Amino acid sequence: MAETVLELDDLTVRFRLRRGDLTAVNGVSFSIARGETFGLVGESGSGKSVTARAIMRLIPDPPGEIQRGRILFEGDNILERSDAEMRALRGRRIAMVFQEPMSALNPVFTVCEQISDALRTNLGLTKQQARERVVELLALVGIPSPQQRVDSYVHEFSGGMRQRVMLAMALSCNPGFLIADEPTTALDVTIQATILELITSMIDKLGMSLLFITHNLGVVAHSCDTIGVMYASHMVERGKTREIFANPQHPYTVGLLNSIPRLDTQSKYLTPIQGSVCSMMDPPAGCKFHPRCTHAMDICRQKNPELKEVAPGHFAACHLHDRG
Amino acid sequence: MTGADAMTASGSTADMLLEVKGLTKHFRLNGDIYSKIAGEKTQLLKAVDGIDFHIRKGETLGLVGESGCGKSTTARLVTRLIEPTAGEVRLKDEDLLAFSPTRMKETRKDIQLVFQDPYSSLNPRKTIMHILSRPMEIHGLARTWAEKREKVLDLLHRVGLSAEHIDRYPHEFSGGQRQRIAIARALSVDPELVIGDEPVSALDVSIQAQILNLFRDLQEEFGLTYLFIAHDLSVIRHISDRVAVMYVGKIVETGPAAALFENPLHPYTKALLSAVPEADPDKAPPKLTLQGEVSTPIDPPPGCRLCGRCPRETAICAQTEPPLVDVGGDRQVACHNL
Ligand SMILES: Nc1ncnc2c1ncn2[C@@H]1O[C@H](COP(=O)(O)OP(=O)(O)OP(=O)(O)O)[C@@H](O)[C@H]1O
Ligand SMILES: Nc1ncnc2c1ncn2[C@@H]1O[C@H](COP(=O)(O)OP(=O)(O)OP(=O)(O)O)[C@@H](O)[C@H]1O
Ligand code: SF4
Ligand code: SF4
Ligand SMILES: [Mg+2]
Ligand SMILES: [Mg+2]
Repeated sequence: MAETVLELDDLTVRFRLRRGDLTAVNGVSFSIARGETFGLVGESGSGKSVTARAIMRLIPDPPGEIQRGRILFEGDNILERSDAEMRALRGRRIAMVFQEPMSALNPVFTVCEQISDALRTNLGLTKQQARERVVELLALVGIPSPQQRVDSYVHEFSGGMRQRVMLAMALSCNPGFLIADEPTTALDVTIQATILELITSMIDKLGMSLLFITHNLGVVAHSCDTIGVMYASHMVERGKTREIFANPQHPYTVGLLNSIPRLDTQSKYLTPIQGSVCSMMDPPAGCKFHPRCTHAMDICRQKNPELKEVAPGHFAACHLHDRG
Repeated sequence: MTGADAMTASGSTADMLLEVKGLTKHFRLNGDIYSKIAGEKTQLLKAVDGIDFHIRKGETLGLVGESGCGKSTTARLVTRLIEPTAGEVRLKDEDLLAFSPTRMKETRKDIQLVFQDPYSSLNPRKTIMHILSRPMEIHGLARTWAEKREKVLDLLHRVGLSAEHIDRYPHEFSGGQRQRIAIARALSVDPELVIGDEPVSALDVSIQAQILNLFRDLQEEFGLTYLFIAHDLSVIRHISDRVAVMYVGKIVETGPAAALFENPLHPYTKALLSAVPEADPDKAPPKLTLQGEVSTPIDPPPGCRLCGRCPRETAICAQTEPPLVDVGGDRQVACHNL
């Protein structure tokens, strides 16, 4: 077993909003080994990005607050680090590609200025060296004519090009740990393949570990070693990629896999999971999925199921597994 | 050859909602300070370089293509958020580009754009109630507060959100929730044409299915017309009647969705379809069939833009640009070597 790089233990994040508290992440635990790719999937609004931001210590406080839990990075609890120590860690050793590039890119600086800033502070490159490195990085992420584009502003780039600028920035200092929150949603499949190849090469060459958040289950199937499935702030299933696809054990995961639109048929209507997503401010008692679950039993309305090992290395949080 | 013939072949102008001819947008690149001092001439970035397409009433046209090929620029041109360098945009057989500012203001209600980037397109200082009710108010679609609130709640519900979200600000949402707010806003004013620029890219497949079904319902009920831009080809296949494939500022192939997906003709379309990763870890990962460097829109060389990457390239490809020609079955392709 390779050494553990990141370990989340009972992470719980809550937002105090005007109308009450919202628990965005509720008792989430998982760990990622060196060189491993962990895929985080699940419902929109289930807490994936908040989990990622918590690891970066970028939860706005107030209104956000890490209520419970530990985040161990290379054995060290990140939550106990000072802001200065965190700044030294961010970018250099843990980097993140944010879900919405414009939330992290600065519109008043050119692409060159944004990326070279980190290169100069972290790697001590000169202005000219940094510029050359930025051009190389842009070429690596498939930006055509990088020499001519390096002085552009991000608003002059397309959606997918901005996403790739973010990735270039995140990879610029060869981080040991990368969090990529939907890094390929704005990319066509051919450039997506190029980007995934680039990330894989960093994993192979540098032993980089990856927390990969994505809705694209096709990408998950081919890129992730392990998958965690989130529903309404809880991790409801976790296991090896093959296992989860072949043998999903949580009814939400089953519903999710059944909703994938297919390329080889053209049906008029798709099959989403019945019912609607539960309230995050006033969630139902017991299993959060019970109002939509076709297997719901009495106990499901009363008691929240714990994540339990249902097969070696395969965990699910569902009362259907209580008996076995 | 293109627009006009295809039109008479497959329908009259009466049911034509949007027609685009020779649409072109060139951006001037300023270049870096060194090249300015050296007196080099400014370069042209040909984001959209003479494209033709049409959409009939109640139809869905899917627009796909490489990242950076000009899809969002096309969307912004058609909604007149930017003005074209050349070309024509006709809405119900009227010249949209000649509309007066007042006329354009009224027309904005009918053509709604769901932006690719909801983060930048939602005002951070306004609550969701305000964001969703303001357009209705401007266009006189709801008057009293109660009426507005009821409509807003209905919209939220349709996109999988609820009353608990109504008083929140955009930054208090997840990426996919923001995207659904942007969709709700576009639908709030009973538009005729909805241009969705990657409108479901941040959604999990279950909510995505719900939203795609909603688009479908609205089309059946109100005859909505869609221009749908997406990178997810299974989504495009599912939602579109016809598909247009773009590559570096040009349309390289168009046709009915089923035919185009079952039998892609252009080498770029073929490459695109072969690169889709399937949601099955036991299937082989997709192979990359396009080699070489990504083609650039900056002062592109003459000839076909796929030159240097195309497995079927011959001598003529670098010399003359292949025109988009009819190949039968309502399909058009731009390639010398079919
Ligand atoms: N700054 C914030 N203030 C208040 N609530 C927030 C904030 N950020 C996120 N939330 C809420 O926390 C929950 C989890 O959000 P998160 O962004 O982690 O979802 P996600 O799983 O990344 O979803 P998506 O797939 O749509 O990006 C959501 O219900 C969201 O509304
Ligand atoms: N304001 C601008 N100034 C200069 N160049 C621009 C501007 N807007 C867009 N471009 C360029 O035009 C080209 C097309 O961009 P566009 O946003 O239309 O691409 P897209 O097809 O939507 O790509 P994506 O799938 O990545 O969103 C890109 O090379 C982009 O950098
Ligand atoms: S615990 Fe009960 S309601 Fe929840 S997923 Fe399992 S069977 Fe369904
Ligand atoms: S014209 Fe030539 S280079 Fe272009 S797609 Fe056809 S074969 Fe390939
Ligand atoms: Mg997110
Ligand atoms: Mg775009």
